[in-house]
Amino acid sequence: MGEEQLRSLSEAVIQGDPDRARDLAGKVLAAGADPLEVVETVLSPAMDEVGRRYEEGDYFIPDLVMAGEAMKAAMAVLGPALTARHQSRSYLGTVVIGTVQGDIHEIGKSLVATMLEAAGFQVHDLGVDVPPERFVATTKEVGADVVGLSALLTTTMRNQEVVIEALREAGLRDRVKVIIGGAPASPEWAERIGADAYAENAREAVEVVRRLVRQ
Amino acid sequence: MRPTIRFLDAETVEQVVAEAVDLLANPGVRVHSDRALALLGDHGAQVDMEGRIARIPAPLVEKALATAPHSFHLYDADGRPAVHYGGDDVHFDPGSAAIEILDYGATASRAPVTADFVRYIRLAESLEAMDAVSTALVCADVPEEIADLYRLYLVLRYARKPVVTGAFAVETWHVMKDLLAVTARGEEALAERPTAVFDVCPSPPLLWSEITCENLMDCARYRIPAELVSMPLAGATGPVTLLGAVVQHAAESLSGIVIHQLTEPGAPIVWGGSPAAFDMRTGTTPMGAIETMMIDCAYAQVGKHLGLPTHAYLGMSDAKVVDAQCGFESGIGAVLGALAGINMISGPGMLDFESCFSLEKLVIDAEIVGMAKRLVAGIAQRETPIALEVIRAVGHAGNFLAHPHTRRWFREEQFIPSEVVDRDFRRNWEAKGSKDAWTRAHERVEALLAAHQPRELPPEVLSELESITLRAAQAAGMDRLPPLPN
Repeated sequence: MGEEQLRSLSEAVIQGDPDRARDLAGKVLAAGADPLEVVETVLSPAMDEVGRRYEEGDYFIPDLVMAGEAMKAAMAVLGPALTARHQSRSYLGTVVIGTVQGDIHEIGKSLVATMLEAAGFQVHDLGVDVPPERFVATTKEVGADVVGLSALLTTTMRNQEVVIEALREAGLRDRVKVIIGGAPASPEWAERIGADAYAENAREAVEVVRRLVRQ
Repeated sequence: MRPTIRFLDAETVEQVVAEAVDLLANPGVRVHSDRALALLGDHGAQVDMEGRIARIPAPLVEKALATAPHSFHLYDADGRPAVHYGGDDVHFDPGSAAIEILDYGATASRAPVTADFVRYIRLAESLEAMDAVSTALVCADVPEEIADLYRLYLVLRYARKPVVTGAFAVETWHVMKDLLAVTARGEEALAERPTAVFDVCPSPPLLWSEITCENLMDCARYRIPAELVSMPLAGATGPVTLLGAVVQHAAESLSGIVIHQLTEPGAPIVWGGSPAAFDMRTGTTPMGAIETMMIDCAYAQVGKHLGLPTHAYLGMSDAKVVDAQCGFESGIGAVLGALAGINMISGPGMLDFESCFSLEKLVIDAEIVGMAKRLVAGIAQRETPIALEVIRAVGHAGNFLAHPHTRRWFREEQFIPSEVVDRDFRRNWEAKGSKDAWTRAHERVEALLAAHQPRELPPEVLSELESITLRAAQAAGMDRLPPLPN
């Protein structure tokens, strides 16, 4: 296995080329690479580089999203190999995220999910119009550290509170941190409904979730 | 001649419409209303009730376009036609619906309450530049369940101008219709001379939520004008190419027209929208971006090609305070919208991605609107010959002020701004306190509010408005309506 292939894999992630990333991940495995080592010494640093370029203004959101897709494509190949060797990738934490019931707005929530993944979190994106029970069930199932609740409408934002209440009733509230976001939400609203944090945008969300899992 | 702006050639407009019609057949639209799906199915659309997808064939689109009216009027409280939706007529109304308000001099916004709404509506009613008013603020001091209808109640108490509004739920639309019917003296009279238009917003891409779809059909049934507000976000919930966003806008809007016209052929409907560019650095939807304005003007051109009345959200800014960005973004948008001949331009007063309202900005924007309207009135030839006589008469002495020609024409030739626009000598400006536009606007806000006489409603109409609103409030758990300021 050549250094060259590993460099190309890193490059494919940074350039946001999922097809090439999948292809190269297969090649380095076939050449006998250790999948965990590939994840930790190639893919994670590549995503760090993507994050750095975004912070510095060279990269934009589509660059970030496509790099995330390339990372996923590579992991689709490396993941089963990790499992086969009883290895597991280390994450900064596990996040369950979704847009609350009655609300079908996806974009902001998906952006946060992508940026969290890029930052090294394991993210379970439940999609939109998510009933409280699903937040609770998934939180329990995956042992989430953080639950992210999105709402775009003033009419649906109170369902953020409903989910927090449901987590409390299920006895999970003390074990997870809750972060909320979306156009009508605010730090005051977060406090009022008993959330742990609010983030104004996807970048801030990553910072806040990093802080939450350290607490 | 009237100056105009066009972004698309005829062939491109045809191509946009053709692709939009194709999209309605494949992949079709997702419709979260069984009533609408059944209606579409009955008229030849291929409906998947399980997946809630309707594939609409081209002939159905053509049929709907054939019955949609090319123009209609909105009426004021006195039954006078005040707004003409049609042709290249241009009107402005304040943007909506803000969940924040920015006080004069503040850097932080806050949630608006009833007293703010009353100040807003009295101001909007006072400003001649506003041809209609909107239900611009969402009041935080009433339950969310009645937030939509409560705004309309306040508007109807204070304003005589036509209203641009919208409902947040299926049931509240009917309460809002009742409020309008009370002031119009009956549902028939309201249908004859509508005083309001309801915004209905499909969700990009190609989706109708239950609320908006039911609102759309209810508008048709009662023949209260509906304004389609399709809002692809270019690069996020729609194609990043400006023309691609226009195609998606057309597909979503055409699907709305089909549902609407199948419900009630001939009911009035507007080709409106609120698309936006997508900021690739911050993930926001800048309403003051030049690309947002270009998409607006281009879709309006498509609407005109289809013979439909048009609307757009323009004249807004993403600035957080009343500053230079606030002025230039609002100015560019209002001017482009006017040049594009958009019938109703919603936006004045609005900051921060369509979320925050400023009374001072509304007053500044009224000046922009005055200039935009002057612009599209164009350069006229007042006399024949144009100026031979007056220039010869004045001769080399050069004082046109002393010739009657000047006094005869200056009021028609010039838009005369209020003192919000500073055109004074520097010394005078300093003598008056060296005030910037925000401060001058604030003074005008206070002066206009002090002078405004609210609408006087007949006692029986007033009490009926109150009791309808109170009933809704009580159902939402609020015993009494908030007191109104004097």
